[in-house]
Amino acid sequence: MGVLHRISGPVVEAKEMTGAKMYDLVKIGNEGLTGEIIKLVGDTATIQVYEETSGLKPGEPVTTTGEPLSVELGPGLLTSIYDGIQRPLDLLVKKGGDFITRGLTVNSIDRQRKWDFVPVAKNGQKVKQGDILGTVQETEIIMHKIMAPVEGALSDIQAGKFNVEETVCSIDGKPVKMLQRWFVRKSRPVAEKFDPNIPLLTGQRIVDIFFPIAKGGTVCVPGPFGSGKTVTQHQFAKWSDTQIVVYVGCGERGNEMTEVLTEFPHLEDPHTKKPLMMRTVLIANTSNMPVAAREASIYTAATIAEYYRDMGYDVALMADSTSRWAEAMREIGGRLEEMPGEEGYPAYLGRRLAEFYERAGRVQCLGSDTTRTGSVTIIGAVSPPGGDINEPVSQNTLRVTKVFLALDASLAQRRHFPAFNWLRSYSLYTDSLESYYVNNISSDWVDLRKEAMALLQKESELQEIVQLVGPDALPEKEQAVLLSTKMIREDLLQQSAYHEVDTYSSMKKQYLLIKNIMKFHHRAQSAVDLGIQLKRILELPIRERIARAKEIPEDRIKEIEFIGSEIDRAFDSLGKK
Amino acid sequence: MKEYKTVTQIAGPLVFVEGVFDISYGEIVEITLPSGERKKGQVLDTSRGLAIIQVFGTTAGLNVSDTRVKFLGETMHLGVSIEMLGRVFNGLGEPRDKGPAIIPEKRLDINGAPINPYARAEPRDFIQTGISTIDGMNTLVRGQKLPIFSGSGLPHNQLAVQIARQAKVVSSSSKGEQFAVVFAAIGITNEEALFFMRDFEKTGALERAVLFLNLADDPSVERIITPRLALTTAEYLAYEKNMHVLVIITDMTNYCEALREIASAREEVPGRRGYPGYMYTDLSTIYERAGRIKGKEGTVTQFSILTMPGDDITHPIADLTGYITEGQIVLGRDLHRKNIYPPVDVLPCLSRLMNLGIGKDRTREDHRGVADQLYAAYATGRDLRSLAAVVGEEALSATDKIYLKFADVFEERFIRQSNHEDRTIEQTLDLGWELMGMLPESELKRVKKEFIEKYGHKVKRMTQGVQA
Repeated sequence: MGVLHRISGPVVEAKEMTGAKMYDLVKIGNEGLTGEIIKLVGDTATIQVYEETSGLKPGEPVTTTGEPLSVELGPGLLTSIYDGIQRPLDLLVKKGGDFITRGLTVNSIDRQRKWDFVPVAKNGQKVKQGDILGTVQETEIIMHKIMAPVEGALSDIQAGKFNVEETVCSIDGKPVKMLQRWFVRKSRPVAEKFDPNIPLLTGQRIVDIFFPIAKGGTVCVPGPFGSGKTVTQHQFAKWSDTQIVVYVGCGERGNEMTEVLTEFPHLEDPHTKKPLMMRTVLIANTSNMPVAAREASIYTAATIAEYYRDMGYDVALMADSTSRWAEAMREIGGRLEEMPGEEGYPAYLGRRLAEFYERAGRVQCLGSDTTRTGSVTIIGAVSPPGGDINEPVSQNTLRVTKVFLALDASLAQRRHFPAFNWLRSYSLYTDSLESYYVNNISSDWVDLRKEAMALLQKESELQEIVQLVGPDALPEKEQAVLLSTKMIREDLLQQSAYHEVDTYSSMKKQYLLIKNIMKFHHRAQSAVDLGIQLKRILELPIRERIARAKEIPEDRIKEIEFIGSEIDRAFDSLGKK
Repeated sequence: MKEYKTVTQIAGPLVFVEGVFDISYGEIVEITLPSGERKKGQVLDTSRGLAIIQVFGTTAGLNVSDTRVKFLGETMHLGVSIEMLGRVFNGLGEPRDKGPAIIPEKRLDINGAPINPYARAEPRDFIQTGISTIDGMNTLVRGQKLPIFSGSGLPHNQLAVQIARQAKVVSSSSKGEQFAVVFAAIGITNEEALFFMRDFEKTGALERAVLFLNLADDPSVERIITPRLALTTAEYLAYEKNMHVLVIITDMTNYCEALREIASAREEVPGRRGYPGYMYTDLSTIYERAGRIKGKEGTVTQFSILTMPGDDITHPIADLTGYITEGQIVLGRDLHRKNIYPPVDVLPCLSRLMNLGIGKDRTREDHRGVADQLYAAYATGRDLRSLAAVVGEEALSATDKIYLKFADVFEERFIRQSNHEDRTIEQTLDLGWELMGMLPESELKRVKKEFIEKYGHKVKRMTQGVQA
C-alpha cells in the first residue's frame, strides 16, 4: 500500500510502493481510480491513470492489485461495446449515468449469463495448450470455442449450462473456467505463421480489383480529414468476408461510434444474412475520454482479435485512428519527461507500431489439431497532420504495412468516393493472390486488372498534355482512351457507401463491370481505327447503361452480363452505317 | 479553508507555493496581492509540500513575501440557473452587464465529463439555416459540431449571426420546443463583440441568449476557461432544461494561442509550430461537448469559428479541429474578392452528419443526389477554369464549355445570397435542379433517373414558363 505523492495530469507518482511490479494494475486514491505502473525508481512508482485525475490529493492511498492490466476473454465478448480498458459502456451508463464518471468498476464479461457448454474433448484425454475443450453458441452465427489454457490430462468435463466463472472441466486436477485472462500488452502465441495467399474480400471495387488485401495482412489508410477514412473503415467492417470484426475507435468522434452502434444491429451481413453486430466487438475510447485508456485501447482490441483467431476464425481489426494512439504515447511520454524523438513523439514510436502490426497474420493455431487456421488482418487509419504523410506516424506505419490506400483530398472534394488515389496506392499482395483470383473468379482477371491500371497510368500522362494544349489537340484514338478511363473512374471505381445496392459488390459483379468497360474500350479503339468518328461513339446510348450497371442488384446480375453482348451489338451497328 | 503565505517563486503566469499539503489537482485558488486585489488561479501540479498554480490574468503586482494564497477546496465550478438567459458575463463567468449576481440552482464542474458513447443518440434533425451552400450541400443537424474555417477579414461574423438568426427545425414535431443561444467570445475585439450584441438585441435573440465575453485585452489565461463556462451552461440548458442550444464560439484561434502561451510558460516540450502535443486532446474536450443524449429532449449544437493563420487549412489549429469536428464550412478569399456573400468555398466543405439529416421524410428524397451532382459539376467547372486560362476557352469541347459556364452561374446564383435572404430547403434544391438543367442529361450520373423525371423536369417547365 503506497501513498500518492505528485499529480500532474494523467500521470501521477506514488511513494512507498515496495514490491510493486512494472505494468501492475493499481487503484488510486479514495475513489479507486484505475491506473498502470509505467516506471519504477526505488520505491517510487510512476502511474498512468485511465481516468480523469482532477481532485486527487497527495497523501491519498494507492494499492497495487499485483496483476498486470488484462483482457477478459470468454463467451459474451461479441456484440459488446467497451471503453479502452474493456469496461462495457452500457454497464457504465447503468451504473454512472450518461456521462463517464470516475472510479467505476464493472466486469468486462457478464458473470450471470448461463451458456450451453458442449464438450468436444473427452475425459482422460491429454490436451495441449490451445486444444478445443468444448463449444458455446455465442451468437446465432458464431460458435465460441473454449480452448485449453495449459497442457495436461483432462477430467470432469461435462455438458451443461454454466456461467463463465463455473468450472467446466479440470486439467491435471486444476479447475478450468470459460473465463480466461490475458495480459493486454502480450501477443497470444501461435504454432506457425503462413504466407498470406487468400484475399480478404471487402466488396469495395477499387480495393478488391486494384489493391487487394490478404487475410492476415496489414493495411495503412492515411488521409487528411474529410477524405473518408472513417467511412472506409466502416465499409470494411460492414462488408469484409471475415467471420469476426473488432473495431476500435481510438481517440475519434463520439457521434461516429453512436452511428456504428445504431447502424450495425440493423445491417445484414451479406454472407450470413444476420445482423452485423453478431460478429462484432466495438471498442470506443473517444477523443475526450482519458488519454491513457486510449493508449491501452489498441492492445485491448488486438488481444480480443487474437483470441478469436486462435479459435480458427478470420478476424478483421480496424483501428481508427492509429495517429491518436501515437499521440497518446507522445502525451504520456511528455509527462514522463522522456527525451522526445521526431516531432515530439517518443523514440520507441516505430517499435510500438511495428509490434502492433506484427500481431496480424494468417496462422496455424496452437493445439494438436494442425489443420486449424485463423487470421488477423489489421487495417489502420492514419491521420497525418495537414494530410502530409511525411511525418513519423505515417512513415513508420508504411515501413511495416503491405497495403497502402492513399486517400486524396482533391478526389474527396469532387465527391469521388472512395477517394483512394489509384496512382499512389499500392498492394504488395497482388502477386501472391493472383492464383486465387485466377482459380476462383476468372482466368482473364489478372489481365483485365493490369490493362485497366495501365490505362489509368496512361491517362495521367495524357492529362499532362491536355493541360498544355487542350483536349482537342489529341488524336482521336487517345481521346478514346480518355473516354475509357473516365468510365473506369466513374462507372467502376466510384462507389457510393450510401447507395443501398452500390455499397457492396460481389466478386462476380466486380468482374462483370470491369469486363464490360474493357470490352467497350477495345471496341472503341478498333472503331476509331476503322475511321468511325469519336463523336458517334460518344453518342452511343449503351454508355448510359454501363454507367448505371453498378446500381443493378446482385440478384439481377444477369442484366450486367447482358450489357456485354449489347456493347457488341451497338458497335456492330456503328460499323454498318 | 487553508491560506498560505509561502510563495517561493513566480515565473510568467505560474506561482509556486511551498509547505502545502492536501491540495488537489485542478483545485481553484484565490490569490490576495499585497495591494489587497484578488485574483484566481488553478493548481497545475501538486505534490507533497509543493503546488504550482496558474494565475488567471497577469502576475503583475505579485511578490514572494506578501502574497497570500487561499485554496478553495474544489475544482473550477460554475453556478448555473435559468436566470442566466439574457445576461452577459465576463470570461470567468462574473456578470458584466451590471446586473445582479446569479443565484445558482446548481454548481457544475466546468470541465464536464465525456458523454458515454453508449448514451449518445444519433443526431438526425435537419436544421434549416436558410443558406443554400449549407442546407443543400453541407447540411447541419442538431447535435453536430460544425466549425467555420475563415481567414482574417472574411465575413465569418456576419455569417454566424445570420445562421443564429435563421436556424430552425422545420419538421412538424418541433412545435413548442425551446431554443437558446450560448455565445462565447474568446479574445475578440470590443468592436466585434458589440456587433454580435447589437444583432442579438435587434432580433430579440438576446432574451434567449447567454453571453460570455473574454475580449482581446482580457487576460489570455482566462481564454482557457471561457469556452468551458459556455459549454457547461449549454449542457445545463439542454440536458436539464430541455432546450435546444446553439453554441457559438469565436475565435478558437485565440484559444489555441492561449494554450500555447501557457504551455511555453510551463516549459513543456512543444509539438508542431510550438503548440502543445496534447492540443488535440484538449480541443476534443471542447468540441466533443456537443450532441444528443438518449432520453433527453434538449440538444447541444456547436458552431465554432476559427481564423486560419495565412488562410492555411493545414495549420495545426484548423487541422486538429477538422479531425475532431463533424465537417467544416470553409470561407474562400477568392469568392470574397468577387464580392460574393456568403463566400462559402464549397469544395473543401463537408458535413459528416449530412446523411443522417437528409432524404425522404427529412428534407427531400433527391437531396443526396442533387448535392453530389452539384459538387461534381462545380469541381469540373473549376478545373476547366484553370485549363481555359492556359489553352483558351476555344480549345475546350462543347460539354466542357457548358461546365465552365455552370461554375460561374453556380457562384452567382447558388452561392450568392443576401444577408437577410432565408431560403427554404425546397427553394435550395429546386435552384439546384435549375442549374443542373444547364447540363446534358447524360452527364447527370449522380442523381437517380426517377428524380430527373420528377424534379428536374418540373423545374425546367417552371423556368421555361417564366421565360415565355
